[in-house]
Amino acid sequence: MSGLLVGDDEKRELLEVSLGPQHPSTHGVFRMNAVLDGETVVKLQPVFGYLHRNHEKIAESISYLASIPYTDRLDYFSSLTNNWAYCMAVEKLAGIEVPERAEYLRVILAELTRLQNHTAFLGFLLGDMGAWGSVLMYAFKERDEVLDLFEALTGARMMCNYFRFGGCRCDLPEGWVVQAKKVVANYPAFLDEMEQLLVGNEILVSRAQGVGILSGERAIAGAMSGPGLRASGVDYDIRKVDSYGIYDRFSFQVPLGDHGDTYDRLMIRFLEMRESIKILEQALGGLPGGEVMNPKVKIRNMRPPVGEAYARLEAPKGELGFYIISDKGPSPYRYRVRPPSLINLTLLEEMCVGLKLADLMIVLGSIDIVLGEVDR
Amino acid sequence: MKGVAFLGLGILKGMVVTGKNWVRSYFDSDRLITVEYPEAKMQLPENSRNFPFLVFDGDNAEANLRCTSCKTCEKECPPKCIRIVTAKDEKGKPFKHPEVFDIDISTCMSCQICVEVCPFDAIKMDSAYEYAAITRFDALVLTKRELAKPNEYYKKIKPVEAAEVDARLEADRKKKEEASKKKAAANVGG
Amino acid sequence: MISIEKIQEMAVAVVAPIPGAEVQVLPNPAVPAQSSLLATPQAILALAQFLRDNEELQFDFCSNVTGVDWPEKAVKEKVVVEEEVDGEIKKVEKEIEKKEGGYLEAVYHLYSVARKQGPLVLRCRTADRVENVAIPSLTPIWKSADFQEREVFDLYGIRFIGHLDLRRLLLWDEFEGHPMRKDYIPDDDSYFGEEGGK
Repeated sequence: MSGLLVGDDEKRELLEVSLGPQHPSTHGVFRMNAVLDGETVVKLQPVFGYLHRNHEKIAESISYLASIPYTDRLDYFSSLTNNWAYCMAVEKLAGIEVPERAEYLRVILAELTRLQNHTAFLGFLLGDMGAWGSVLMYAFKERDEVLDLFEALTGARMMCNYFRFGGCRCDLPEGWVVQAKKVVANYPAFLDEMEQLLVGNEILVSRAQGVGILSGERAIAGAMSGPGLRASGVDYDIRKVDSYGIYDRFSFQVPLGDHGDTYDRLMIRFLEMRESIKILEQALGGLPGGEVMNPKVKIRNMRPPVGEAYARLEAPKGELGFYIISDKGPSPYRYRVRPPSLINLTLLEEMCVGLKLADLMIVLGSIDIVLGEVDR
Repeated sequence: MKGVAFLGLGILKGMVVTGKNWVRSYFDSDRLITVEYPEAKMQLPENSRNFPFLVFDGDNAEANLRCTSCKTCEKECPPKCIRIVTAKDEKGKPFKHPEVFDIDISTCMSCQICVEVCPFDAIKMDSAYEYAAITRFDALVLTKRELAKPNEYYKKIKPVEAAEVDARLEADRKKKEEASKKKAAANVGG
Repeated sequence: MISIEKIQEMAVAVVAPIPGAEVQVLPNPAVPAQSSLLATPQAILALAQFLRDNEELQFDFCSNVTGVDWPEKAVKEKVVVEEEVDGEIKKVEKEIEKKEGGYLEAVYHLYSVARKQGPLVLRCRTADRVENVAIPSLTPIWKSADFQEREVFDLYGIRFIGHLDLRRLLLWDEFEGHPMRKDYIPDDDSYFGEEGGK
């Protein structure tokens, strides 16, 4: 970073503070330069790139198949939705059909991903607020149950690498559905407990309510997506709007916030998890038999026809999109990830100016970012 | 500005939750989830994967490797951590056997793409996870010798998957045998 | 949603008074057949404003900004030309070499939250890849293009005129070159000293 943000002509005594990249509450290696007037933030500039590895360039030099494990490492909390978004883009580009059972599995795994992502989010955000310990531990204990399911199916707890063009890599192991139903059935009790622990807690309310307010209009202008957008009262959920996959078969609601403050962004996750549980119950109950992989598809030596495709889905953190241009070569001509974490940070300054320094961390935490995706 | 009066009821309610959890952690196994590694270990699911290994049949690790050095995995490996050199006989003619098969586990990302693309079921994922090395370079490159593991080991760590693979290989072998028998019969007849 | 040809017709009428402004439809041969609107740099700002503010379109959500590098390459094409051979006019099939590419491109994916429609793909190309790499920034229309245009500037070197804070986003300020370009040669060793990290 070159140059100070504080001009010579500033009359007040301002202090520029560099927060991060090595800071426990910046969720990785995120850095911001904040200009403070006393304890009030007057200017804020995020600095990116500490985890940059040029994911897109790597993908443009390897085969279509070999990119799937790299997408795991974007948002490493929700690798399965990343896999899905990438596969969806290639399927769209090449016109590949996905069997019924695989579609169900995708919905089930994506919703499980959402559950565990939001659960971890609760723990981290409360950690940022100073409730370090109990909440995070309770959250991780419950998240572990979901990760156990992932491990039993895909072999890894976080880097799942499971979806393929035209289906899924392997079928469910024995007893998986029973275990998954058990985990889903136990989840509402956990959410009740968390709600009892958090909702109405006076400290949480006074720290979060009215902090980091974002209007619906600004949220749209800044292309905020996911729970952050809906907390500002904008009814926009890609599962409903695009109804990709087979989401149109399930009945669920899109929870909306009223105020667009940190408290709404926190509580909307609770509501979304309850809706995810509804979807999971329907999907696990209706899981059909059959193949999990389209037998016509050869995943090796993939060469989609010349052209381009953009596919997006509702990842736990927002709209995750993949834009692929093919020139019929063995690797994509252009491979672009639309990272929700990065774009959701566009409005960070607007949300934080006028707040106290301590609130900065909470607002950042409530956006829910993962640096693997921000910096790519 | 805040709608809630600071009575502390919410905090008390929360403390009841933590209190309950604390008490239950003394006798409820649901709340006492820590596994005291390394004295106790968790049971890994069968699909669990870490680094790849090479399968051989019988007891000769060198001669009976299933790998035919077709280099499909080398080509498809996303981080390019596999290195294969095809073996050559005395006359310098290459034959279907790897002379060198190295996996650099410092770059391997355990994605199991090599397993998926292998047409000979020669490479599989191991679930062993306790690795250590004293240098950053050569010690982290596993050679053919360290990678080769018997089929019995594979059956032990992944019984369901190994049974499937064995059945498939057996069927393939039978098919081949029959085909060659037919061919031989046709030759005799002709 | 209104068809892209109709949008193009409406857009041409809007940008007509601006000199040099053109809007055309660029077909996409792949399966999704998602055609895009290609606008000249003179037209792009007015077009973007129109797309956002038009009652029927309302593309208020600029989801994705992508940079694409199209280096110049020769493409062989067969054409039938009429030629005079021995006093007769004959149709002769000839192979001519055409030059394609030679520009950088910014691609915008637009959606409408208000009308729940989209995507509309908007493209704008620079004049060449070295000197004239400036196109107007769309940040005055969509705030969300802010970081993404910085990323495109960082990795491709397109200069966005009117962007208030056009700095590198992911790489450090002293970095030379634009690594996502197709002809970029990585200079890895210089960061690790002579021994290459060992």
